[in-house]
Amino acid sequence: MVSASTEPRRTVLCDSRGPLSDAVLRFSTGDGLDTSAQLPHLAREAVGVSRDLIRDDDVQLALFVLYASSYGSLDQLEADLEWDSGLIESRRVVEAAFEEALRARIPVPALPEPRADEVARSLFALTGAGDSSSLSRYFARQATIEQAREFLLQRSVYTLREADPHSWAIPRLRGRPKAALVEIQADEYGGGRPDRVHAEMFAGSMRAAGLDDAYGAYLDRVPAVTLASQNTMSLFGLNRRLVGAIVGHLAAFEMTSSIPNRLYGDGFRRLGFDEAVTDYFDEHVEADAVHEQIAGRDLAGSLAEDRPDLLPDIMFGAAACLAVDGWVAEHMLGCWSRGDSSLRSVPPRADAGDSAGDSAAVAEAARGEEADR
Amino acid sequence: MSEETSITPYPDGPILVRGEFELRTPGGEPIPCRRATVALCRCGLSNIKPFCDSTHKAAGFRTED
Repeated sequence: MVSASTEPRRTVLCDSRGPLSDAVLRFSTGDGLDTSAQLPHLAREAVGVSRDLIRDDDVQLALFVLYASSYGSLDQLEADLEWDSGLIESRRVVEAAFEEALRARIPVPALPEPRADEVARSLFALTGAGDSSSLSRYFARQATIEQAREFLLQRSVYTLREADPHSWAIPRLRGRPKAALVEIQADEYGGGRPDRVHAEMFAGSMRAAGLDDAYGAYLDRVPAVTLASQNTMSLFGLNRRLVGAIVGHLAAFEMTSSIPNRLYGDGFRRLGFDEAVTDYFDEHVEADAVHEQIAGRDLAGSLAEDRPDLLPDIMFGAAACLAVDGWVAEHMLGCWSRGDSSLRSVPPRADAGDSAGDSAAVAEAARGEEADR
Repeated sequence: MSEETSITPYPDGPILVRGEFELRTPGGEPIPCRRATVALCRCGLSNIKPFCDSTHKAAGFRTED
């Protein structure tokens, strides 16, 4: 079993995907680039030549790494460089272009009156209108063992750090919305029980499925659109002018979680996985049915009452959650319907451990169990 | 330690219970609660009763408020 605490520190974080991510990675990890002076220039070039920023591997990986420095989620990134002016300027260049791309594609939904009841109702209507659960329905009925494993890999970018992007909003709120956000986040972080921290429960699911739970272990495998989903949350969370957007994002995220998580749990059970894998998903059926009520009314609703000026961003953040996570789901379903993998194909890393072998063994065991029925 | 208990019906949704409380089965057995704030099913359709699992949304459950 591989665990984050016993894993030796990897010297190489991940492969670069173009000139910007290459320079950001080399400088941030102290690997042969001793100045960041050229980074903002490379950032402007990268966003300038990009044809689709959302699916641009070089740009999204660079932005992911630049944000990861703030989270402290990747040991390989030098802590002393967190506020390096070249890195910060590059991040501002990329995130400005990224925000523009998101706003160009995601219109702000119709605005309700800035009252808690109306805001909660509009958020529930918005999140109930689309087909946000097509991936989970497919997963419950049809996903193969390989696709189930891919799903955990894709999710791990966010879920091994679950709740963290929205926690940036805590010091930026006060009064009712702050209390509501903390009520949700305290539950996300286990309510005082380390074994119930959602990110840790997900790490347990990964280990039980024979996967490496070290953050970033599969970074090379996830496509740009998956990184874009995480980067959307970081963009909203790390810029305090976007506090409305991160609040709206959380509301939409919680409102599209409870029912899909039941279906994901059902899919894993169908494939023969036990509670060690499904506990995380079952927990979210109950937890997010609570969180969505608090997030819609007490968090987003009361924030709109206190700060009506933030209402457009609250609704935009919710729409952005649905749109971006919809793109990720479309990508996965599209690949799977063609019989392809939704992951990037890269040669296996020498330092990625024997997780592939573990996983094959688990898949084999699960297949045997299925055949027995 | 004593904490005020609050019971809040959320429109078109479950009843949220906060504070100090104990849930029991009709036979008096305690029902384990895994979180500080729980949502109790109000529409009758939850698969994890007494807790809410959001099924009310798919069912179009509406309350008069």
